[in-house]
Amino acid sequence: MQEIFNIFIRSIFIDNMVFAYFLGMCSYLAVSKTVPTSVGLGLAVIFVLGITVPVDYLLNEFVLKPGAMAWLSSDFADVDLSFLSFVLFIAIIASMVQLVEMIIEKFSPSLYASLGIFLPLIAVNCAILGGSLFMQQREYQSLAQATSFGLGSGVGWFLAIVGIAAIREKIRYSNVPPALRGLGITFIITGLMGIAFMSFLGITI
Amino acid sequence: MSAGTKEREPLFSAKNMKLIKTPINLSNPITVQVLGICSALAVTAKLKPAIVLTLSVIVVMAVSNVVISLLRNGLPPRIRIIVQLVVIASMVILVDQVLKAFVYDVSKQLSVFVGLIITNCIIMGRLEAFAMGNKPWPAFLDGIGNALGYGIILIIVAFFRELLGSGTLFDVQVIPQAFYDFGYKNNGFVILSPMALIVVGVIIWVQRFYTRELIEDN
Repeated sequence: MQEIFNIFIRSIFIDNMVFAYFLGMCSYLAVSKTVPTSVGLGLAVIFVLGITVPVDYLLNEFVLKPGAMAWLSSDFADVDLSFLSFVLFIAIIASMVQLVEMIIEKFSPSLYASLGIFLPLIAVNCAILGGSLFMQQREYQSLAQATSFGLGSGVGWFLAIVGIAAIREKIRYSNVPPALRGLGITFIITGLMGIAFMSFLGITI
Repeated sequence: MSAGTKEREPLFSAKNMKLIKTPINLSNPITVQVLGICSALAVTAKLKPAIVLTLSVIVVMAVSNVVISLLRNGLPPRIRIIVQLVVIASMVILVDQVLKAFVYDVSKQLSVFVGLIITNCIIMGRLEAFAMGNKPWPAFLDGIGNALGYGIILIIVAFFRELLGSGTLFDVQVIPQAFYDFGYKNNGFVILSPMALIVVGVIIWVQRFYTRELIEDN
């Protein structure tokens, strides 16, 4: 239990998707102009990461890992399909995003309207595929660990995008050098936020 | 390279060369189109992985642009995204296997970032914006041009980070030992990930300072 909590906290603060690995930067920069839209996108990312990471964990555990097919019959005990993981992970992610889109459209049309174009864009958000690939690389031991990693990474991404959106709303009133306006200053602020987040590095739980 | 004789316009006409040149400065994928930043920053602590990733992206982009451009007339619009993802993913698998076979240590350093070429928005972006509506040869050039524009930023960032952070280039020491004896120290801070963002921010600043038309209003 403590291990699961530990993974959750680690993936929010220490291994933050945006500040430590720069994942999901494209939508992070493009959608962070106002707070409400970035809250919507952040929630969608938490949701999708919380679903795809455990599903990809099961896929990895029972199909892709070397010897993972042994449950089928002993003939498959030395089959290694891990080279297929990119294609299968991205297929799962694309179909999950499609599914989530349909569910949200059905049950919450207002949320659907406010998320708009961002939902399909999540399929190509590097943070989502990155979550699955890190999960595979770090060899989490159980489904619960993988789930808490997925949710934690989503929450970390959510914090990052809401933070930068709030700062960008304020910075509109400051006198930034013309050549640095817009993208340039956003990069530098993200860098400074990253440095701030690095102070969490020493934490042990 | 054999120059075709039947083409109505020469292979390297001014228009085609423009496809390669504009992405390097005026419509640079990273600093202007804001695409493909995810993988660009994390691998730039040293020059070698940055160059290997650039080459991989060039290969993946050029080939998948050509493939999608060949398929463009028979591709139902509803399923095009899936098809594009599958084409890109298969190319990335090939590149990943080649890297694992020939430069295993670099492939270990790049870790998940080879796989993340799949979701590199610049590739999807160019497939959607260019390859879906153009012939294979311009699509090929467009792929090369955009991948080069992406790679140049990667290499500039990696150059400064390796030089300032480790005092080396390609793992060869370039800052003379005399400097260190004199009290010069490597700036370990530049190796850390947030500094990549700040270096890119400064590159954008310099580029916009010289290319006024790129300046944003807000």
